[in-house]
Amino acid sequence: MKSSVIVFPGSNCDRDIAVALEKYKIKNQMVWHAESMLPKSDLVVLPGGFSYGDYLRAGCIASKSPIINDVMEHAKKGGLILGICNGFQILIETGLLPGVLLRNKKLRFVSKNVHLKVINTENKFCLNYKKKKIIKLPIAHNEGNYFADNNTLKNLEDNNLIAFKYSDELGNANSENNPNGSSNNIAAILNKEKNILGMMPHPERVIDPILSGEDGSIMFESIIK
Amino acid sequence: MQISSEIISKHGLKLEEYKKIISLIGRKPNLLELGIFSAMWNEHCSYKSSKKYLKTLPTKNKNIIQGPGENAGVVDFGDDDAIVFKIESHNHPSFIEPYQGAATGVGGILRDVFTMGARPIATLNSIHFGDQHHPKTKHLLNGVVSGIGAYGNCMGIPTVGGEVKFNSTYNENILVNAMAVGLVKKSKIFYSKAKGINQPVIYVGSKTGRDGIHGASMASAEFDHKTEEKKPTVQVGDPFTEKLLLEACLELMKDNSIISIQDMGAAGLTSSSVEMASKGNLGIEIDLDKVPCREKKMTPYEIMLSESQERMLIILNSNKVKSAEKIFKKWSLDFSIIGRTTNSKNLVLNFKNEEVANLPLSSLSTDAPLYDRKWKKSVVSKNKYLKNNFKELKIIDSLKKILNSPNNSEKSWVWEQYDQTVMGDTIQGPGGDAAVVRIHKKNKGIAIAVDSSAHYCLANPMVGGKQVVCESWRNLIAVGSHPIAITNCLNFGNPEKSEIMGQFVESVKGISEACNYLDFPVVSGNVSFYNETQDKAISPTPTIGGVGLIKDLKNMMTKNIKKFNSNIFVIGKTSGHLCQSEFFREVLNLKSGPPPEVNLFNEKNNGLMIQSLISKKLLTSVHDVSSGGILLCLYEMCLSGKFGAKIKIPINNMNLHEYFFSEDQSRYLIEVTDEYKDKVTNILEKGSVFYEILGKTQKDSLELDGEFNIKLSELNKLNSLWFKEYFKEK
Repeated sequence: MKSSVIVFPGSNCDRDIAVALEKYKIKNQMVWHAESMLPKSDLVVLPGGFSYGDYLRAGCIASKSPIINDVMEHAKKGGLILGICNGFQILIETGLLPGVLLRNKKLRFVSKNVHLKVINTENKFCLNYKKKKIIKLPIAHNEGNYFADNNTLKNLEDNNLIAFKYSDELGNANSENNPNGSSNNIAAILNKEKNILGMMPHPERVIDPILSGEDGSIMFESIIK
Repeated sequence: MQISSEIISKHGLKLEEYKKIISLIGRKPNLLELGIFSAMWNEHCSYKSSKKYLKTLPTKNKNIIQGPGENAGVVDFGDDDAIVFKIESHNHPSFIEPYQGAATGVGGILRDVFTMGARPIATLNSIHFGDQHHPKTKHLLNGVVSGIGAYGNCMGIPTVGGEVKFNSTYNENILVNAMAVGLVKKSKIFYSKAKGINQPVIYVGSKTGRDGIHGASMASAEFDHKTEEKKPTVQVGDPFTEKLLLEACLELMKDNSIISIQDMGAAGLTSSSVEMASKGNLGIEIDLDKVPCREKKMTPYEIMLSESQERMLIILNSNKVKSAEKIFKKWSLDFSIIGRTTNSKNLVLNFKNEEVANLPLSSLSTDAPLYDRKWKKSVVSKNKYLKNNFKELKIIDSLKKILNSPNNSEKSWVWEQYDQTVMGDTIQGPGGDAAVVRIHKKNKGIAIAVDSSAHYCLANPMVGGKQVVCESWRNLIAVGSHPIAITNCLNFGNPEKSEIMGQFVESVKGISEACNYLDFPVVSGNVSFYNETQDKAISPTPTIGGVGLIKDLKNMMTKNIKKFNSNIFVIGKTSGHLCQSEFFREVLNLKSGPPPEVNLFNEKNNGLMIQSLISKKLLTSVHDVSSGGILLCLYEMCLSGKFGAKIKIPINNMNLHEYFFSEDQSRYLIEVTDEYKDKVTNILEKGSVFYEILGKTQKDSLELDGEFNIKLSELNKLNSLWFKEYFKEK
């Protein structure tokens, strides 16, 4: 399997995701944002970070990078795209995923391990997760408060396009265990064709038991399946 | 322009110092030159009051690759690895403008580390605020924490630990000390010493603006009621540009293009150019028209004294200019050849085809004033109190009160604003004895701790200085590492006052004694004097940042209790010293008396014993007993909530409050399973290490025989209350 990690000037989780892909023997290339040609890839990853400093809306400038045209083409052809944190914000700015990511409800950066309930396992990224299982992944963001109009939310729910929801360790997803104020406790969503996943939590940071867990590993095991 | 005595004093220079300038250069300086002198001769850059004593600190042993005098210290970390680290203060700017002040404090210390070729792998901080009820405290705390977070988070470097403290002595002078740690290959360390004549001097990074002019001089004076007016001396940070600068510098450092490199920190272009050239015993000539400026019509004076951030000065191999420029263009950064090295041993500045300054470099560096300031020994009060004061108190009520105090409350409100896990190597984040970060792709790790003990230092600076080094050593031992070296940030009031100077002299003496005894040298640091407002100085606050090596991560230790029905041992003797304890302070509001004594023999003996027990894999968890004493320490081991403990009243008939809340030094709590209990007891006895068995672990409650039995969840709730209430969050 071949992957490309798009590197924006202020990406800072690019190394972390490359380490994870390498661990699962995925042949990865780092692709500079100013390139206009995407190398042949099965999977494109938009990593976390502050692509252009994010002084404007997070991910906004990155969505206009030269490489994004080819990423859109890749999406249209059904290629896999994984956007993590800033990558999720960029996917939203390109329009590949619906809704917006607002500032966290408490108006400050939030970095902690959160429990997530697995909602959709019928996609290439989550095949190996068990449905309704509770997993633990870290989040670290300032703008992860997912918001969309009621129709969009209904569409996501009805069509089973929510991959993970914030929850407590028993799987209750409500405002008490919602770290950033996201509508319907949404932590990750898929596009209609389910080849694109955008998520705020960082699976690439928990791929080793010594790093307080391996719940992230399951995603990479699913991808190579 | 005539240099009047008013202009001289506005530059923070004394009249005698001005006379010294004239005698050194043989003429009167012009205004630009006076500004350069003021930038180089202020306390912050010249260490003129502290140098005499800093020289007495131990700075060498077989692990030290680079001690003080460079951008940061460097220690050997086995294989081909070296660790670069330093702590630095950004106190004055953070009080004036907390967000930008703290953010640029982090930015500055990160540059110090990557200037030496290291990729930063962690930051930590020690932040001190005034009393919780002081009208500025909430605003300052909020601003500083979000500023630290904003910079580190954007750079993608995890903030893995530190300390947050409150005390009224910081009401008008908060402390923001930031530490950065980087990893470098031993063969790829870069230094600031210039070499070779006629080599191009390159300016890279952000443009120069009018921010931070005279920042270093501002930080070398007391505050008064006009502090607000000093806002323009605070720099404005841009972490995104620093991230670009980091990547561009590390890319350029892959080959041998760079002869020497230094970041433009305090006193900006002035100190970087002067230091690089004078270390290399060369001269330097700069064409100020070539300096990239953010604003129009900037004067030579402004260009030389600006402290705009995210800038570096590089002396480049002359045949590498083109390839270097390509790298900086790729990262959209300014790149400009602004001068060259010369053999004149002078700093020469040209502007619009005119020479605007010409100063012998020695006059700015080696010939800068040095002072042997008067100092007075601190008065140490006696250990006197009446047990009647707490005869009626219940142990559990005292514990609850301590847990709910700002200083001892759980600090996730702070930590959660810092990205702790980016880079994927954070094994222990904030909240433990020391943070642990894995060396990328290897099975070894670095333990890092930041500590200060201002109450102890105020009560007895000599003992306090010793104690804080021991505390750092102990924290590093507790996570299973071998302590290697420290960096220090010495925060004090106005050194021109003999009692303040006395606090400094004695603290340094204590630090030095402990460092010598433990073979734990100082490799970097800084001094921050003049933390004083309208005659009120802060408590003397030396902050120690220590690093230790964990050769095999399988031997790493954590503090949380892991097994049911295992044994809790107290290692080290409890004599019941309550003066300067959290119990006295938080529960009885008593502030007098001496700090606990530090016995270096016991410190070392107990520490090495813990180290050996960990390496024999006989311990399940370890926690150092520090402020709050045994009971708070035990509570922290139970904090994860899975296991509690049932402990008994010790047989030594000691008063319960004295036993459980005293802050005697050199102690640890350890968890030992039944399987290893006899073995551990044997080893402790053979090693002449004092120990007591406190009790056993149990499920989810903390229990003291005949005194109390309380659910951990109840204590946890209390412990996490203070920040939520303070910021009115549910």
